[in-house]
Amino acid sequence: MDKVVSSAAEAVADIPDGATLSVGGFGLCGIPSVLIDAVLRADIRELEAISNNCGVDDWGLGRLLVEKRLRRMTASYVGENKEFARQYLAGELEVELTPQGTLAERMRAGGSGIAAFFTATGVGTQVAEGGLPWKYDDAGHVAIASPPKQTQIFSTADGEREYVLEHAIVADFGLVRAWKGDRHGNLIYRQSARNFNPLAAMCGRITIAEVEELLEPGELDPNDVHTPGVYVQRVVALTPEQANDKRIEKVTTRPRPDVLEGNAATPGSGG
Amino acid sequence: MAHGSGWTREQMAARAASELRDGSYVNLGIGLPTLVPNYVADDVELVLQSENGILGVGAYPFDGEEHPDLINAGKETVTLRKGASFFDSATSFGMIRGGKIDAAILGAMQVSAAGDIANWMIPGKMVKGMGGAMDLVHGAKRVIVLMEHTAKDGSLKILEQCHLPYTGKRVVQRIITDLAVIDVIDPATGEVAPSGTLGERVLKLIELAPGVTEDEVRAKTEPHLT
Repeated sequence: MDKVVSSAAEAVADIPDGATLSVGGFGLCGIPSVLIDAVLRADIRELEAISNNCGVDDWGLGRLLVEKRLRRMTASYVGENKEFARQYLAGELEVELTPQGTLAERMRAGGSGIAAFFTATGVGTQVAEGGLPWKYDDAGHVAIASPPKQTQIFSTADGEREYVLEHAIVADFGLVRAWKGDRHGNLIYRQSARNFNPLAAMCGRITIAEVEELLEPGELDPNDVHTPGVYVQRVVALTPEQANDKRIEKVTTRPRPDVLEGNAATPGSGG
Repeated sequence: MAHGSGWTREQMAARAASELRDGSYVNLGIGLPTLVPNYVADDVELVLQSENGILGVGAYPFDGEEHPDLINAGKETVTLRKGASFFDSATSFGMIRGGKIDAAILGAMQVSAAGDIANWMIPGKMVKGMGGAMDLVHGAKRVIVLMEHTAKDGSLKILEQCHLPYTGKRVVQRIITDLAVIDVIDPATGEVAPSGTLGERVLKLIELAPGVTEDEVRAKTEPHLT
């Protein structure tokens, strides 16, 4: 068995116009940037992307966006991208905002044979009750609003609680980035670059993995595999240059203690 | 505050830090909540969760040691503490939804008498997305709102009902402001109401910041405080 294809261009060659793509990464961390560029060069249009974010204006999915290759986007947070806001408000792009955990679980469910699931996330909000603007018309009015979703009350240890039914996501193609992968498609991700990648792999009918380091079967310790090869159909080996071409959205550092006495800057979290 | 009463932002963060017990797993929102770990007692060890897939987030890296593969949910470069772990986003929100995260401390634009919270969108402004905020307020074992008691223009933020779109309903347990600490309780039991369950809720004044009067807090809080 050898799932390695010779190039990113070959790996994406059969993605048709109008395909849905599940794309790994969080912000710019762990995004399959080489496959995204191959999709761009292949001139594939009317794409529907499922990804937590949409890159920035000149990197990641933002590059497809700028070239108007995206028809629809399902994401949890799109605040880092000016062109995204412009296309959305001008009615050029349909956007389904989904809570981040619900998005992750919808992708996991899609790869796990689960049609839908009940979650408390979004109950009592427009996510469950409907009315989120998915698409504007060119006059700036809401052309498509999110529909209301089915809800149900369940008993829990804390008492009765309302839950909303969320549907699984299955994509035509999954695009992911891994640290190490073998010819069977077994993948290991590095640090927080794991994020949505295993889920994007699971929910793709055909999943393409770009790997920073390609190994022979047997070289990965089976104990360490994050995504088993059954979820991966094609593997693209990156050049060292491609593997190292990563960007940081917000560089936050503190002075070295030998330069200045370090203060205990403490990072938090956000969208 | 200008007239010398109430808590400063640092004191608010310290007050929130005093809520956290040794061994707590905590998720911190952006802004003021990120100051909280600076005020945790020496014998209290927190494990900070970042919803992009880290337990055990540490300080920012030293200059030159930042790496694109290691960021927090605010997309900032970070380091790890000893005992840290990585996981995918579904597992991350599984632990959040599953009530395994002891506390989420986050800011808010509005909070209601029922413990509803609005903090993700303002109609008419560009919608950036809810990110993980809805999952956190519906999932964390304890949701602590850390915010100024009133808005910069003087308008009230603790209201009978939120006017802005909801992030979650009946999910907040405690509100810590520059003026006071307020709990969201079940009037039948007098206990703090668990997150998300059905049933009535009222606000209870727990503590006043130094130099702040009960009358001032009541004047700046729309719902009745028991």
